[in-house]
Formats: sequence, C-alpha cells, structure tokens
Amino acid sequence: MKPFAFERARNVDHALSLAAAAPGARFLAGGTNLLDLMKLEIEQPDTLIDVGRLPLADISETAGGGLRIGALATNSVVASDPRIRSRYPVLARAILSGASVQLRNKASMGGNLMQRTRCSYFMDPAMPCNKRLPGSGCSAMGGLSQATALFGASEFCAAVSASDMSVALAVLDAEVETVRADGSVRRRPVETLHRLPGDAPQVDTDLAPDELILAVELPPPPSGGQVWRKVRARASYIGALASVAVAGDRVALGAVAARPWRARATEAALAGGAAPSEAAEAELASASGEVGRKSLVRRLASDAIQESRKGGRS
Amino acid sequence: MSTVRDWAAPNPITENRSGLIGKPVDRYEGRLKVTGTAPYAFEVETPSTPLYGHIVSATIPRGRIAAIDVSQAASAAGVVLAWSHLDVPVQAQRGAKLNPRSQRGSNPALGSDRVEHYGQSVAFILADTPENARAAESRIRITYEASDADLDFGSFIDSAGPAPGEEDARIGDFEAGYSASEVTVDATWFSPLQNHAQMEPCATTAWWEGDKVVVHTSIQMVKGGQHALAETLGIPSDRVHLLTRYIGGGFGGKGQSYDDLTLAALAARESGRPVRVAYTRRQMFQATIHRPAVQMRVRLGADKTGRLNAMALEAVTHCARNAPFVEHAANFARNLYAAPHRLTGHRLVRLDIPHAGAMRAPGEAPGMLSLECAMDELADRLGMDPIALRIRNEPEVDPDNAKPFSVRQLVRCMQEGAQQFGWDRRNPTPGAVRDGRWYVGMGMATAIRGNFLLPAKAGLRLTGDGLATLTQGMTDIGTGTYTILAQITGETLGLPLDQVRVELGDSNMPPAPGSGGQFGAATAGSAAFETGMVMRRRLAELAAGDPRSPLYGEDPMLMDFANGNIVLGNRSESLAALASRAGPDGVYVEGSISPAADARDWSQHTYGAQFAEVGVDSVTGEVRLRRMFGVFAAGRILNAKLAKSQITGGMIWGVGAALTESNAVDPRYGSFLHQDLGGYLAPVHADIVNLDAVLLDEADDKANPMGIKGVGELGICGSGAAIANAVYNACGVRLRDYPLTPDKVLAALEAKGL
Ligand SMILES: Cc1cc2nc3c(=O)[nH]c(=O)nc-3n(C[C@H](O)[C@H](O)[C@H](O)COP(=O)(O)OP(=O)(O)OC[C@H]3O[C@@H](n4cnc5c(N)ncnc54)[C@H](O)[C@@H]3O)c2cc1C
Ligand code: SF4
Repeated sequence: MKPFAFERARNVDHALSLAAAAPGARFLAGGTNLLDLMKLEIEQPDTLIDVGRLPLADISETAGGGLRIGALATNSVVASDPRIRSRYPVLARAILSGASVQLRNKASMGGNLMQRTRCSYFMDPAMPCNKRLPGSGCSAMGGLSQATALFGASEFCAAVSASDMSVALAVLDAEVETVRADGSVRRRPVETLHRLPGDAPQVDTDLAPDELILAVELPPPPSGGQVWRKVRARASYIGALASVAVAGDRVALGAVAARPWRARATEAALAGGAAPSEAAEAELASASGEVGRKSLVRRLASDAIQESRKGGRS
Repeated sequence: MSTVRDWAAPNPITENRSGLIGKPVDRYEGRLKVTGTAPYAFEVETPSTPLYGHIVSATIPRGRIAAIDVSQAASAAGVVLAWSHLDVPVQAQRGAKLNPRSQRGSNPALGSDRVEHYGQSVAFILADTPENARAAESRIRITYEASDADLDFGSFIDSAGPAPGEEDARIGDFEAGYSASEVTVDATWFSPLQNHAQMEPCATTAWWEGDKVVVHTSIQMVKGGQHALAETLGIPSDRVHLLTRYIGGGFGGKGQSYDDLTLAALAARESGRPVRVAYTRRQMFQATIHRPAVQMRVRLGADKTGRLNAMALEAVTHCARNAPFVEHAANFARNLYAAPHRLTGHRLVRLDIPHAGAMRAPGEAPGMLSLECAMDELADRLGMDPIALRIRNEPEVDPDNAKPFSVRQLVRCMQEGAQQFGWDRRNPTPGAVRDGRWYVGMGMATAIRGNFLLPAKAGLRLTGDGLATLTQGMTDIGTGTYTILAQITGETLGLPLDQVRVELGDSNMPPAPGSGGQFGAATAGSAAFETGMVMRRRLAELAAGDPRSPLYGEDPMLMDFANGNIVLGNRSESLAALASRAGPDGVYVEGSISPAADARDWSQHTYGAQFAEVGVDSVTGEVRLRRMFGVFAAGRILNAKLAKSQITGGMIWGVGAALTESNAVDPRYGSFLHQDLGGYLAPVHADIVNLDAVLLDEADDKANPMGIKGVGELGICGSGAAIANAVYNACGVRLRDYPLTPDKVLAALEAKGL
C-alpha cells in the first residue's frame, strides 16, 4: 500500500472542499472495495476523504411516491427496509445476492455503485490491463475464460460491472443525485452512470473527482411482477456469471456490460407482443462474445420474464 | 519391535473405563481461536519491538534476473534493509545437508539469479512496519531475461514421461482381459489444479538468542522445518528452536517450510531484532505448493453380471521442472475392487510453474473422481444398481497383493448408507425427477484411504499438583490433536481431563512426524498412549518401592489407575501425592511407538460410502447440493465430535472439487488466474446444506495398540464422485471435466437439446 493522507469529512461541504483541494483524493465509504484495491496498489489515492460519518444514510419517501435512499445507507439496511422489500423486492433481492453479510453491513449505496470491475486481470497488478494502466493492453482478451462483456465492449476492454444492486436500480429507472464543490447538483439515470469503455476504459464514470453521490432516487415501482435471478458458480459470496432483473415490462441484464444493461430490444419486443424467448433473443442479436454466455443470458432472461408474468418474486 | 499380536491385548484405551475415548469433547483451543486470542506464528510476543519483512515475487515464469537494483527500496521510509540474490547473506546450496540425518536439506531464499516459476521470491525488504516494507516494493528495479516456459499442461499431456522410479502396476493381462469383456467403459476425466487455500498464510516470527535462532512458524512438520532452516543456515539443528503452536490450516501445503522462515531468520540475524514475515494472499497461491491437475483414463471390462474382468486407471499429472512430485491418482484403485486383469500407473509432465505437492488426500482426492464415476457408468450400462455392482466386485483379500484385510467394512458402509440416505427412493432413469425448474438426482460413491503409523515419541510429566503434562514435537493444524492427546493421556492414567495438559509444536520436545497423510492421530496418539503406559509402570514401581505409600510392597503389575488415584483393592493413593514425593519436578517419562514388525502383513485402509442428492437448474446449469450423507469406518473413534468434523470437512472438500474449485495457469504469463479467496472458489456455507456423516463402530487391532485409524482425509475420497454421479442421475449428462461449473453443465444440457 502507498502512503496516503487521511481526512475525515465533518460535513458535505467539507468533503467537497477537501476533494477540490486534492485532485488525487478518493471518497471512502465502507471501504470494502477501495481498501482492497489500495492494498493491491491498484488504487493509489494520495488522500482519502472519509465520508462514512456524513448524515446521508436516510431512506425517505419522495413527493412523487418513490423513495430516496441516502448514499451512505448500508446495503444491509436498504435490503431489509420494509418499504423496499414490499415495493421494490427486486432491489432487496439483488442486494442480498451480493457479497456476504459482513460486506453488506459495511458496503454503502454510493460505494456499491462506484465499485470497480472484478476482472481478474484488473485485480492483478502484474498483468497488462488498459483499465488499470492505459495502453498496457487487455489481458482478458485471449486470456483464461471469465465473464466478459456481451454488450458495449471495445477492443480495449471487455470488463463487466460487478454490482448486482445497480442492475435492479436500472430496471427501476433509479437516478443518482450528486453534488460538486461548486455547489452544482446533478441527476443521472443509474443505467448510464457508467461509461462504456471505448478508448478510455480507465474512466469508469463521468463523475468529476470532486463529485459526491448524495442519494439514489427510486420512482414509484412499475406495475407487474418483479424478479431477480443471479447465476453463479457457488451459492453465495461470488459475483454473477449473469443476472437479470425484471420489473413489470422492463428488463435489465447484469454482468454482461460495463454498466447495468437495460435490454431495450427485449422490452420493445415484449411491447410488440413477442414471446419471452423471442424477446430475449432480440437483445442478443447485438451481443458479441462466447456462444455459451449468450445462451445462458437468453435462457435466463426468458425464464425470468415468464416468471414475472406469473407475478413471481424469486 | 512389537508385533500386532502385542497390540491385541486389552489396555486402558480399549477398555475405556472412564469413557474419555470417543467422548465428543470440545477442542480445548476452540475458544481461543474464535476469540482471536490464540497467538499464531505472526502474532507471538517478541522479546523486543519487531521489524517486518516483505517478499517481492517474480513476474515471469522462467528466465534470469539480468539486473536488479534494491538501493532505492533500501533508502525508502522506514526500510532497514533490502536484499536481492546479489546481497542476501550466504546460505547453503539447495538440497545440501551438513547432517546426513536431516529430514530436509537446505532451502535457500533468493539463492540465485534464476527464475523457475512465476511468484518465486526475488527480493526482500525489511522495515519498521509491514506497510513501509510493502510500499518500498515499487522502488525495486528488476530487468528479467525471460526464457521459453512450458506452462500449459494440456498441450504436453501426450508427451508425458514416466514418473521417476516408478513402473506401471500390472496384474494379469489387462489388454486381453479388457478386449474379452462383454461390457466395457472407456472414458477420461480431468481434475484441475487446486490450491490449499488455508486461512492463515505462511508466516514466521524469528529472533536470535546468542548463536541460537528461535522461530515461531506455521508448519505441519516440526523436525522438517527445524532441519531445513538449520541446513539452510549451515548450523547444527540444535541451534534452531522451532515452535508452531497454532496453525490456521495446513492441508499438506505447510508440510514444508517456505522463504518466510528462511528470510525471517536471516533478517533477524542481520538486524539484531525480532522479525516477522508473512506471505501475502497472492503468494499463498503463487509461491507455495498446489495439487496438480490430473488427467485420468479409466477402462473397465465386465461380464453381463457385472463381475469385473479388467480394470485400468492411467493418470497423467504435472509437477515443477526441478521438483519432482507425483499425484498418485491411480494407487487407491489397486486395493478397491477385485478384477483379475489390472493396470494402474502414472505419467508426469514437467512444467515451469510453482511446485506441485501434497494436498489433503493426495492421490485419492482426484483419483476417485474418475474410477468411482466409471463404476457408475458401468452400472448404468449393465442396468445394475451401483451399490450392487460394487458388492459384486468386493474382494475377499486385497486384490493388489492378496493380503488379508485388517478389517474392511466397505459393504456395510454402503448398505447402512443406502438405508439412512433413502437410496431406494432414487429413480435410476436420469432426468426423471423434477422439482420446479430443477432436475433432481442422487448419486453414490465409495471411499478408501490408506492408514499409516510412523515412529513417534512423547514425553509425560506428572507433577505434585496432580497435573499430567504431555509434551510432543507434534502439530495441531486445526484438527483437534491437542484435545485427543489429552483424552488418550487422561484415559491411560485414569485422570480427568482437567488434570491433563498437552504441549505441542516445539522442536525441543520428543519428536513426532507431524500432521499429514491422516497419520497424525494414530501416530502421535499411539506414542502418547505408550508414554502413558510407561508412566503407569513407573508410578506403580514408585508406589511399590515407597514405604510412605499405602501400596508399599505390593506387586506393581496388579495396580490400577482411576479417578486420579493409583489403586489396589481397597487401598489407594492420589497420583499427586505420589508425584510430589518423587521430587520437585515430579515424575517424567518418555515413550515411543514404531510400526509393528508384521504390520505390512495386512491390508489396512479406512473406508466409506458417500451419498449425494443434487439439483441441476434446467435453465442455467447451476448445480446445487441438496443433501449429502456418508457412512465411514475408520477404526476406534477418539472423539466423536472432532472425527465427524474431520469427515464432514473432508466431504465438503469433495463438494468443492466436484463443483467449484479450480485454478488455471495463464499460458501467456505463467501466473494463476485466481490468487485470492474471492476468486478461488472453495464452498461457502450456503453451498453446504444438510450434510451429515456417521462412523461405524470399529476397532482395527492391526493398526496400533488403540485400534484407531485416521479420519482426516477419508471424507474427501469419493465425495466429489458421488456428486458427479448425482448430476448424471439428475439430468442425464456425464461431465468428466471437473469442476462441474454452470457453463459446462449448460453446454451439455444444450447439446442434449434440453
Ligand atoms: C469478496 C467480495 C465479494 C463481493 N461480491 C459482490 C457481489 O457478489 N455482488 C456485488 O454487487 N458486489 C460484490 N462485492 C462488492 C461490494 O458490493 C462493494 O465492495 C461495496 O458495495 C462497496 O461499497 P463501499 O461502501 O464499501 O465502497 P468503498 O470501498 O468505500 O468505495 C468504493 C468506491 O466508491 C467511491 N465512493 C464511495 N462512496 C461514494 C460517494 N458517496 N460518492 C462518490 N463516490 C463514492 C469510492 O471513492 C471508491 O472509489 C464484493 C466485494 C468483495 C470484497
Ligand atoms: S477486460 Fe478491461 S479490466 Fe479486464 S484486463 Fe482487459 S482492460 Fe483490464
């Protein structure tokens, strides 16, 4: 680990001014991703701004009938909130399928959204990786098999987002609210918070270094069944090989792109009356990558859509 | 030398009058461990403030260090010294032995400019804090001259050579027998490279006391570590005091010492300060040993009634180029089923990767994943029940050498297991049982694992406070050795457990071979028992010869031990009183065990039968265990709770082998794909539902005086095969490439049009 300065933010303004003053700084929330990466020297911030004690952990009703979840609400608290469980079960289930109890007790809303890919070559500082060291090459391409992107990959990077939660947030049309040191507040859909890699895979999002996530806002839930399914090599404590979130007539796929992937082609096909399997196939028409992964996603999405129509909540 | 006949006489353990033997006593150190108060090697108290070492690892698989500059690291904040092969202190050449009786030769760290595998140590940094030591790593400049490296096992399998010093075992004429068989199976299985993935990394704390070095290290074999370090430093072994009190998992991976031990000792000498060195999680994967991948071709030939006529298991495995090791995946097959025509053997591929070595149940663990599935395929082809097929081929004597079995309850294991598991509810037609989107199936397999007894000693002191303290240069790697040795000592001396102490893991104590090969309990335990018997004789003689004893003048042979007393008829005296009269240090004796002269006249194994029920997700190909049950026979059980923990823990290893665990060498870089516990997938709690085991009543009087055998590795054997067979029964796909991950299962389902 590289030596670094540690600052504890007293309030949001203090956090923002610290960030503006130290361009190499990072916000520290639960630390479950950032500290691991620092120990491996994959992240090397010169300053850590601990935002963990800022009063941003509330979950409250919005005027529009949705919920506003503070950036520092822990994954455990969000997943066990009765309002989330009854109105947004897909979100509760997605969160609970991630990491482990201990990690979820520490992990925050903001940190979960901003967690970095778990591509094993990204995680190994000795390997070429364009995301970690721009221009060094991509070891995942032509490397040992793992979950790589079916959608939106570039010749420079095919890493997938590791966040389960964000897939459910994307299907629920959630938005992220941020604030910068200059006071500007912005809202972005979770769906497009993350960039596709293009020729700059080292940049995960277009958040500015001094931009702090304040909250995630959920609009009222769409009508219809909600389903979450995550495919994985063991029953817990491992990232998805693929996941799917269904809410009403919306479908999002996980672990298939650098961002949670709203399956717009599937949604359009469903709206046009296509059968679930045809609708799933419609999205995959634009996918690149391994046949086996494509067929997994096709089967999974199709099955989850069918289940949602039975009102299912698995 | 004793014979097994001497062992058959009743003794305090077999009589078990106070009932300590078999009792499910909790591990005495369990509370210390779960409360974080058991000091592991990295955490022991030091005589003064310690320094911290960090090892820098090679990032090429083969070649040489053309240039290395550690000076920038040496001048970094907090750094005390930095070494490469150019400036590390002198060590003896690899393998050198000053003392020809050393169990291990020199094991130098940073010994030369040669790089023989990715992850090999190439530099060392010593600093005031672990953070400063690690942070200085990026200031080391290394230029490598890489050479071509052989990295991909798969592409060298066809050119595999014979295993050194070994020949194929042939009985009868396999080829003729096979081709004359009415029903045959010929298939090939693959078990991947696996890592031990212990929780506690290799770690050492070292300091010097004059010309003697004290090392606390995490190692399974006390003498092996002591000798390796002494030879490396070129000093007599009595100048190395090695301690290993608590070990956070070994599984064979800590059967030897690594560079943490050597570099801690060297750096402590150089700095004059205590030094702590631990491997990083990545180094645990990349710089310690692993279980090699194994390809296994099995051919079975039988008649229509299922009687085996011919059987072959041919294994190809790999090892590091300069560190020969053979994963004996075919050996167990020699003793399992009767068949007149037999062929078993091993071929070896040498690669430029980290060293292959022993991992829990070496040989059987991957080996049984092949033959036990081949038997299932044969049963299927014959339309026979897999248990009936095995019973038909149950041998009367060991099929390898015609020796009688000491005791073999394999058939009973299968029958009791079938009954308790509900095997009769299995539908033999694959794919016939559904539960929602899950295919559900059952499978079984047998388990066999050798039993061993090695020479060992122990010391025992009885003090005036009535406390018996057993001392032994043995290790407890988390299996419960401390606890069972206390039970044995208590039962032998008629003392309650709270009057027995056990001290292990110290090279100054009477030596035992350590933990490995499931020989630990039988070996260390038998030595403890014999030492207890020496103590009984000694105490009886003391009483008989001491006018102050109520037993004065009586025949020592007739005296008995119970409830902390030595007893004859209605006269008795407490052991405490007897010991306090013997002198200020009480009474100390040593004892030992060695294999019986005729021990090899019997075929000695532990056995079991494994049953699994799995679900296969028809949509995604995910396999999930639904329940698992095993019945085992492993001699007399010393502690029902600990034995069961060992057995079920072993079964869980088998679940990992079948479903999740594997590592792979990147053919471009020579590094392992997975280098942490988040990526290397051992089963987690959620994977293990409803798993249980029972141990049959048994005593093996040919094994040792207590009639006990090992349980540490048996549970793994056949466990994964039962799961693979259940997967077939569930959905009708035979997958022979472990682990059975969702991608492989799904591809197979799709190939069947499912
Ligand atoms: C072994 C393991 C297994 C895991 N498995 C899964 C899994 O199966 N599924 C899954 O979804 N996740 C998984 N995770 C990841 C886990 O969900 C994340 O580590 C966690 O959500 C990160 O939250 P945190 O608060 O600890 O973030 P931190 O580590 O504190 O921060 C992560 C990043 O977010 C930034 N950040 C944090 N808060 C803010 C904010 N308010 N505004 C702007 N930036 C911010 C930080 O600067 C940092 O870059 C796993 C993690 C581990 C270690
Ligand atoms: S896929 Fe992306 S993260 Fe992975 S190695 Fe390639 S560039 Fe790095």
